[in-house]
Amino acid sequence: MEIPYTISTRPDTGLWNAKIGIWLFLASEVMLFGGLFSAYVFLRLDAAPGMWPHGLLNVPVGTMNTAILIISSVTVVLAWAALKMRRYRAYWWYMLATILCGIIFLVVKLSYEWPQKFVHFGAYIKPAALEKYEQYLGNHHLTERGLPPRLEITGHLENHEALHDPNVKEYEIAMDPVNADPTNPAMDRPHFFYVPPTDKVAKIEKEDVERIDSFGPWHSTYFASYFTITGLHGLHVLGGVLVFIYMWLPVSKKVYQRNPEHLANRVEVSGLFWHFVDLIWIFVFPLFYLL
Amino acid sequence: MDASTSLHAHGEDHHHHEGGHEHEHHELGFWRKYIFSTDHKVIGIQYGLCGLAFLFFGFCLMMLMRWQLAYPGKMPPVIGPIVLSIQHFLEAHKAAAGHFDPWFWLRGLISPFTNGIMTPEGYNSLGAMHGTIMIFLGVVPLAFAAFGNFVVPLQIGAPDMTFPKVNAASFWAFAVGGAIMVSSFFVPGGAAKGGWTSYVPLAALDDRGPGHNIIFNGQSLWLLGFIFLITSSLLGAVNFITTIIQLRAKGLTWMRLPFFVWSQFVTAFLLLLAFPPLEAAIIMQLMDRTAATSFFLPAGMIVNGVPLHISGGGSPLLWQHLFWFLGHPEVYVLILPAFGIVAEILANNSRKPLWGYKSLVFSVLVIGFLSFVVWAHHMWLTGMGSTVSAFFQTTTLLISIPSVIILSAFFISLWGGSIRFNVPMLWVTAFLPMFGIGGLTGIPLAFNSADLYLHDTYYVIAHFHYIVAPGTIFGLFAGVYYWYPKATGRMMSEFWGKVHFWPSLICMNVIFLPMFLQGMLGMHRRWYDGGQGWTLSGEHIWGLTGFQWNTPISWAAWIMGLAQIPFIINFFWSIKHGKKVDDNPWQATTLEWTAPNRPPHGNFVTTPVAYRGPYEYSLPGREKDFTMQNEPVDPSERSRRSAEPALVH
Repeated sequence: MEIPYTISTRPDTGLWNAKIGIWLFLASEVMLFGGLFSAYVFLRLDAAPGMWPHGLLNVPVGTMNTAILIISSVTVVLAWAALKMRRYRAYWWYMLATILCGIIFLVVKLSYEWPQKFVHFGAYIKPAALEKYEQYLGNHHLTERGLPPRLEITGHLENHEALHDPNVKEYEIAMDPVNADPTNPAMDRPHFFYVPPTDKVAKIEKEDVERIDSFGPWHSTYFASYFTITGLHGLHVLGGVLVFIYMWLPVSKKVYQRNPEHLANRVEVSGLFWHFVDLIWIFVFPLFYLL
Repeated sequence: MDASTSLHAHGEDHHHHEGGHEHEHHELGFWRKYIFSTDHKVIGIQYGLCGLAFLFFGFCLMMLMRWQLAYPGKMPPVIGPIVLSIQHFLEAHKAAAGHFDPWFWLRGLISPFTNGIMTPEGYNSLGAMHGTIMIFLGVVPLAFAAFGNFVVPLQIGAPDMTFPKVNAASFWAFAVGGAIMVSSFFVPGGAAKGGWTSYVPLAALDDRGPGHNIIFNGQSLWLLGFIFLITSSLLGAVNFITTIIQLRAKGLTWMRLPFFVWSQFVTAFLLLLAFPPLEAAIIMQLMDRTAATSFFLPAGMIVNGVPLHISGGGSPLLWQHLFWFLGHPEVYVLILPAFGIVAEILANNSRKPLWGYKSLVFSVLVIGFLSFVVWAHHMWLTGMGSTVSAFFQTTTLLISIPSVIILSAFFISLWGGSIRFNVPMLWVTAFLPMFGIGGLTGIPLAFNSADLYLHDTYYVIAHFHYIVAPGTIFGLFAGVYYWYPKATGRMMSEFWGKVHFWPSLICMNVIFLPMFLQGMLGMHRRWYDGGQGWTLSGEHIWGLTGFQWNTPISWAAWIMGLAQIPFIINFFWSIKHGKKVDDNPWQATTLEWTAPNRPPHGNFVTTPVAYRGPYEYSLPGREKDFTMQNEPVDPSERSRRSAEPALVH
């Protein structure tokens, strides 16, 4: 006996096997990312005032990546539709576009967005010393406006040796605009466009610093969830791209020639996965970049 | 390996059944046929052998721990001297500082002992691994993956699972996960010590620092192994659900499915939806351990007098929520397949239709749903507040209703039957009261006021072991004896089956019944000295103090270990020497018994069609006392049926 309904549908369910399989798999993926997103909610609600950073990500780049993923979701549907109309060449081009979108997304993430974080530093000031650095923190101004306090001075660390050398007594940080000009009302809200660190260097005594770290996953629970969720999402994008490459290579043309519906089904199933990956990003983007 | 080679040797027995398919699998070599197989039956047997081996391994860990509890601080016989001589050997072979130590794995292996005596850390390590191995490498693979794989496609009349390659991938992910778990015994510091629940912050900080590799340490390997185990159960769950939806034989409507298939269906959903949040938690704990994040670590942690350089801001409670979101559905993953097995064997050996088939099906569905909203009853001690407590108390009590319906239906199924007490039925009849004790003793734990006192005592140990040990595992043994002839074409020995059963039943109760009393004295489950140093352990119950009860309990555990030897011998011996039987030795009704024994690749000789419900035993007016599902309905029966609607399922 052969396994039935691999390509054709079962009359009473109206579905072929892999379509049920992928929806179940996606249900499980929803629970996986649901677990991570609920951790985000839990940690954010739990964060002490001033301990959940805002405005540290590059919104236009994130917007661009969002657009790229949405476009790729359209092209993968067009690729599937082309197969349904038995137009293999059109399929080939649409699939190529989808693959390229996925690759661009990953390249932007891995060569631009992530590395930028690891060279950016933040120094949390001890509660007793907050007043001393008021000129960089602007907490009086924030209190007046009813906003959460600023506890951290961020920017580009000029003297990296300070991290290891006990003889160096100060950190020199070329500050982000938010610390360079803390009472400017424009700094009360995160910027849409990325603004690089200024030339204004703050000298912060090591004794006054609670903890200094780059913007890696160790920086805060915010960056911990950012790297974990975008990392896992990136792995999903990579998985999708690899599957699409396999379906785009000549080896899949043989499947098409044997039974075009078989390849169309495969594209449909992996396309569903791709839409899901896209959907996760639709949640990631506002949660980390905007809110 | 033993099993599969001898299967190979007898591979000719059934070829006359196979007809047109003969040519197909003669091309498969030994490796493709028995090791890297995509055949659901072979994968089921692989899972089964691994699951049984892990069950025994996990039990051995506990037998060691029972020595420490009964005779704390004394060297255990046999193991102690061996460990001591290994220790002397290793002391003589110390690697020079900075050089690679070729004996590091042996040092890891004996790290639970110093001078042949178990250390507190060693006790914790064995305890953590006992729980992990028993649940995730023993019972789940056996109950869900092994029985589900072997039996479900046969029972629904399918040629295989819908995704045979995914099925094989599932098994190999399990094998890798199991290998990683076992390898964690060999790393410096030994296996994970944080308990099977791996509560943070302890688990996130354990096995770190000097002398520990960042990945190759007990706790990190535990987490890594879990990622593979979760992948395995995810692939399995997708496959099971799709198979049950898509590959049911013609005429096998939902309400004609054997109850076992229903229980596996719900179990698969639990695995599919409950495991991923734990995977999320495991990824986060792995990040805490390797990437210095603080998902579960609050600020201000001090380890060995040194403040940790971490951001803080994490929440230990977050881990508990995510863990128990899996952890509670997991208990139903453990028990539901056993319910399924019990239902099949019960109907077959009481020679009666299962009582209340519909209520059984709806109960199992309700259990599946409710099991997702009861998890916080494991967390009464966290001080969650009365509103949340009230919610979870209510749901916890609600879920006992369908469980009681199922157990009652099983008991009523016995009523008025002419019961055959063969070996599978003995296990099943023992299952019923044992599970009953386990279930009823859980009710005090559902109320947070009672649980505040009983939490983390031996009472809890006794409660859930009554459910999973004489409950689930008895169900699994029943299943092994019951479906063994389908897998091998031979029966296991009745006599040795009884020699296996009676001591196991008695020992189980000697082990777990006194634990209720120990727990009510307040003895804590994690004391490595068995409560020796605690005043209230000196209170007398039935002539012995709480601490002294450890001794008979431990002896019962060791005797139960011996009682498994007849099973092991019987299991392997019967493959070649058991009594040969025909395709339907139990005179059962479901479709798996219409397939030839040791079904070929593709399972059935002719495409099966189901014409009736699964449990038509002893119906009046029939020639024999059972009617198989694939027997067509003749017109006289149809008219009789319309006159007696009670018979229609």
